Amino acid sequence: MIHHPLELCLVFSSLLFCIGLAGALSRSNSILVLLGIELMLNAANLNFVAFWRYGPSPAPATGIVFVAFSVAVAAAEAAVGLALVISIYRRQRSIRLQEAVRLKG
Amino acid sequence: MKLPVHLLWLIPALPLLAAALGALVPRRARGVASSAALVTIIASFLLSCMALSSALGSTGVHQVSNFEWFQLGGGSVRLGWLLDPLTALMCVMVTFVSTLIFVFSLGYMKEDENFKQFFCFLSLFAAAMLGIIISNSLLLVFISWELVGLASYLLIGFWFTRPSAAAAAKKAFITTRIGDLGFFVGMLWLNNASGSLLFFDGGRGVLESAALGTLSSQVTFGGLAVSTAIGLLIFCGAIGKSGQFPLHVWLPDAMEGPTPVSALIHAATMVAAGVFLIARVYPLMSADQALAHVPLHALTAVAFIGAITALLGACIAVAQNDIKRVLAFSTVSQLGYMMIALGVGSWVAAIFHLLTHAFFKALLFLGAGSVIHAAHHEQDMRKLGGLGPKMRVTFLTFAIGMMALAGVPFLFSGFWSKEAILHAAYEWDVSSIPLVIALAAVVLTAFYMTRLVAEVFLGKARSKEADHAHENSAVMTVPLVLLAACSVILGFLGTPVWPWLQSTLTGLPMEKHSLLEGASLIVLSVLLVCSGLGAGWALYARRLRQSAAAEDPLESTWPRAFAFAGARFKFDELYAATVGRLNLSFAALSDWMDSNVWGGLINLLARFGETAGHFNKETDDEVLNTGFNAASEEIRSVGKLYSRAQTGETHGYLRIVALGFVVLAILAMMGGAR
Amino acid sequence: MNALPCTIYVSFTGALLALAVGGRSPTLARIVALASALTAWGIALFSAIHFVPDAAGPVTLVDAPWIPQMGIRYHLAADGISLTLVVLTGLAATAGILFSWNITERTGEFFAFFLALIGGVYGVFLSADAFLFFVFYEIAIVPKYFLIAIWGSTNREYGAMKLVLYSFAGSALVLAGLLWAYAAGGAHSFGVAELARVAVGFSHGQQVGMFALVFLGFAVLAGMFPFHTWAPTGHVAAPTAASMLLAGVVMKLGAYGCLRVAMPLFPLGFVFWQPMIAWLAVIGIIYAGLVALVQEDFKFVIGYSSVSHMGFVLLGLAAANARAVSGAVLQMFSHGVIAGLLFAVVGRMVYERTHTRKLAELRGMALYQRLPFAATVFVLAGLASMGMPGFSGFPAELTILIGTWQAAPWAAALAAVGVLIAAAFTLRVIQVSFFGQAAAGSAPLPPLPPITLPEKCGAALLLGATILVGLKPDLLLELIRPALQAPFFQAVLKGGAL
Repeated sequence: MIHHPLELCLVFSSLLFCIGLAGALSRSNSILVLLGIELMLNAANLNFVAFWRYGPSPAPATGIVFVAFSVAVAAAEAAVGLALVISIYRRQRSIRLQEAVRLKG
Repeated sequence: MKLPVHLLWLIPALPLLAAALGALVPRRARGVASSAALVTIIASFLLSCMALSSALGSTGVHQVSNFEWFQLGGGSVRLGWLLDPLTALMCVMVTFVSTLIFVFSLGYMKEDENFKQFFCFLSLFAAAMLGIIISNSLLLVFISWELVGLASYLLIGFWFTRPSAAAAAKKAFITTRIGDLGFFVGMLWLNNASGSLLFFDGGRGVLESAALGTLSSQVTFGGLAVSTAIGLLIFCGAIGKSGQFPLHVWLPDAMEGPTPVSALIHAATMVAAGVFLIARVYPLMSADQALAHVPLHALTAVAFIGAITALLGACIAVAQNDIKRVLAFSTVSQLGYMMIALGVGSWVAAIFHLLTHAFFKALLFLGAGSVIHAAHHEQDMRKLGGLGPKMRVTFLTFAIGMMALAGVPFLFSGFWSKEAILHAAYEWDVSSIPLVIALAAVVLTAFYMTRLVAEVFLGKARSKEADHAHENSAVMTVPLVLLAACSVILGFLGTPVWPWLQSTLTGLPMEKHSLLEGASLIVLSVLLVCSGLGAGWALYARRLRQSAAAEDPLESTWPRAFAFAGARFKFDELYAATVGRLNLSFAALSDWMDSNVWGGLINLLARFGETAGHFNKETDDEVLNTGFNAASEEIRSVGKLYSRAQTGETHGYLRIVALGFVVLAILAMMGGAR
Repeated sequence: MNALPCTIYVSFTGALLALAVGGRSPTLARIVALASALTAWGIALFSAIHFVPDAAGPVTLVDAPWIPQMGIRYHLAADGISLTLVVLTGLAATAGILFSWNITERTGEFFAFFLALIGGVYGVFLSADAFLFFVFYEIAIVPKYFLIAIWGSTNREYGAMKLVLYSFAGSALVLAGLLWAYAAGGAHSFGVAELARVAVGFSHGQQVGMFALVFLGFAVLAGMFPFHTWAPTGHVAAPTAASMLLAGVVMKLGAYGCLRVAMPLFPLGFVFWQPMIAWLAVIGIIYAGLVALVQEDFKFVIGYSSVSHMGFVLLGLAAANARAVSGAVLQMFSHGVIAGLLFAVVGRMVYERTHTRKLAELRGMALYQRLPFAATVFVLAGLASMGMPGFSGFPAELTILIGTWQAAPWAAALAAVGVLIAAAFTLRVIQVSFFGQAAAGSAPLPPLPPITLPEKCGAALLLGATILVGLKPDLLLELIRPALQAPFFQAVLKGGAL
């Protein structure tokens, strides 16, 4: 039934994405939501690598470069996210996401 | 010892140096200022004598030394010095009289706190006056002329704390400047018409035949020759400076200055500058004489102005009570005489009278100063009286001056010079009016001088001041004696029997006449002098004034005429009502125009701009902004709608992300199914 | 010679330095200002002494492209006329700083604005490019506003605004005229010489219109009747040093613009308007003199006398022959010095001690006793102002009138009446302001602060200048004369009757 390693990779990354999404949606702790978002991001990164490795033109290292950037940005983003979490905590002594609604438009 | 012409500038430069020194030293350095002034004026006197000796060595020749002052596009402005007998004689006279008056001032101004300035200004005056005399350029004359006016202003207003002195100084300056305006315009015209302002310049000067020929052959407005018009304009300057009608009004007021100033400036020298000027430019003034078909000869105007002034001054002098004002109007009258002489063609007689008048009028003023000083500045002759025995030297010298002025025959200089003028007027063939007026003025002069002497020196003292008067110190009396001596001797330089002065000035050989040639005129004038003296004696000396308040004999006879003359024929009032008021109303009008018309125009423009601005604002608010505001409102409400989506709940956003993922997955699957 | 542009740079640098040090030490700001003004003046004097005139026209100092697309160049050049005025600017600036030594309010800024104004003025006098000229001209206007509005006295906002609006209106006219000429002639540059070259091809009507715009624009700043009303109010409102500069230098900018730009560019237009200008000049001389005669504010008298004297400058320009024009330039210098001196006495020596300028109040103050130095200086300055020989006003007015007589005797004769009126109003203020009497029986007047050393230096400087030029006018005329020989001016200085 499984014909190609690419499909395996895609199935794996879809699962990873769904786990991340479920975590992000179901948790109310901001840090755990962030964790979920990171999982979703990594699922996307996995797709980059997979398409590069098994795609039609593997010669230039496009996928790898994308992923490298993405990881680096994710690291920065995590830092900012955690800093935001800390600042939210300082403000309202809680990191429950349901309570952080002050940016309502 | 002779003074070469290129060193002539030393004569005015020395007093100028003293003036500068006097201006720079501190106020308490009284001795420095006065001795500098005195030393330099004496040095100038000696230099003038040297100049005279070199001028006499070559009569009839004009020695000149010209130099360039500055260049002007296509030409240059040149100045120069001129040495001829006229210059030299005037220099000697001015420096000599100045020296005596400086000495006199040492005594007269002793107590004044501004002693230093006084000598500074006097030196400045002397320098400027000498500048007029030695200059060979009309421009240099004008420059010195203005400086003389300045010095006169400063000296008349010397006691500026008196409002009358300040007003008199201003009046003198402005009035003479009105005349100077004519002079200045004449000078500009002359410069343009002849291309030069030098008097003598080796054939190119304005007083030399080439230029005179051009000037008199051109015709300008009214059919006048150009030389006539220019001459009349220059004469305006002389009218102002020499107190001629109609600009004579400043001269009597100028008596507000200290008496030595009146003597030096407003009797002996400055006021004679006008006469000197006309004598100097005489070739120009007389250039039109040869022309038959011109409406007016310049000299005719001079003669008539002089005649009017001579009579006017003499009439007013009769009714004055201030000792200095009597002398002032007599000066006006005598200057009129000189103008008559110039006008009728005898500039030599004018200069002769100028020289003699300078000495005896200085003498009279200094005598008056001596009286005033002794009587503690009491100048009203009704309050003086009886000073003769108390002040013998002053009395005697004053009497000599008075007789010289009145023209008492044979011994006194005034007689000879006046006689020369009468002769010239007699020979004038244009009109006999000047002669008649001059003869009338002879009577009046003798009359008012007798009145003056009788009132001041005879009888008894009519006030405390006069009672306490006593003779002044030698520093004041010695100049009087010297001047008195000159007032006598000088006349003999120009008698018909031995006309040395005349021949020296003209450079022509002496033309001796016996006294008998013009005997009828001499007899007539002697008779007139005697009648004047006799009338004065009868009215004032025989019946002496008893008290200061007593009425003048003339006043009781003709009260209105006397009062009118006493008020100087109301010239001041006339001018104030006409020229003065006109000027002020013009000024007020201009001022009003400036703040209301020109300023108002601008304010109107500004108001207009403001109104336009208001209008624009309304338009903006009501019309343009309405549409804009409506559109903005619309955009805002749309924005509000969208902003509802921003709940701020992170889970909400994530749910939408999940929804998107599901939709994408479904789409992909459907694509895959296909 | 080539140091001349440094006058501009030194002034602007001095302005920045004064601003920088002013906050810390006012004294330092004063010294900086004085040093830069003296340096600039020294450069100007040195250049004037070693100046070698060029028969072809102004000697180029700097010439670099600035806005090449429009052919605008940073072109500075000098001839005798601009040098005369540059020397005057240096003199007026130095004296102005000496007379504002006592400014304590925002000292640094005051001197910064002052020097910026001076720098702009130097720039105008040295520009050979019409656009550059215009730029410097505008640079000079702005500091004027602040000087008057911040440090001024009576009615200062009004005075400052009026002055600035007039100046800008004038410069707008100038700009319009120049742009018209630039566009109509298809010129490739704003250089005055280049514009003059294309202007030859203009029709008579165009020249008449362009001349009217440019001349009127400049004449407003020169105080030509009836556009003079900014001058008295502006002078009265301005602080002393600014009045000195306004009357001394800024009014000259207008006259200089007329001579340097308007007249040579549009000779035909000039000939058309010539009688009109002469009339307005003569009316201005007499009219302003009469107004001065009845003023009750000391400074207004001086303000109107400035208008009257500038009338002589315009008359000289209108007569358009070498004599009259050289006289006009001499009069610019002379009036700059004399008006500066008069304003210094009135504004600094008298007003800042008595706090009044009302003649009626000064009359009772017996100032001749309490301020003898000021009285002496004012009398001398007044004499100079009324054209007394020995001071610079006399040769200047004499040459103007000699020249004018050639062109229009009636104008010269009428203008001579103005000299008489000048004597009348000057004597009036001298007597009323300084030589009045305290009312009898009033309390003895308290002594006034003595005249300070900087004031004495400033007065000596200006008096020295007017006497020096009065005795030896050739000092300046030798600079001015060759400049007028340039072909550039010869086109317009044809002389002839009006």
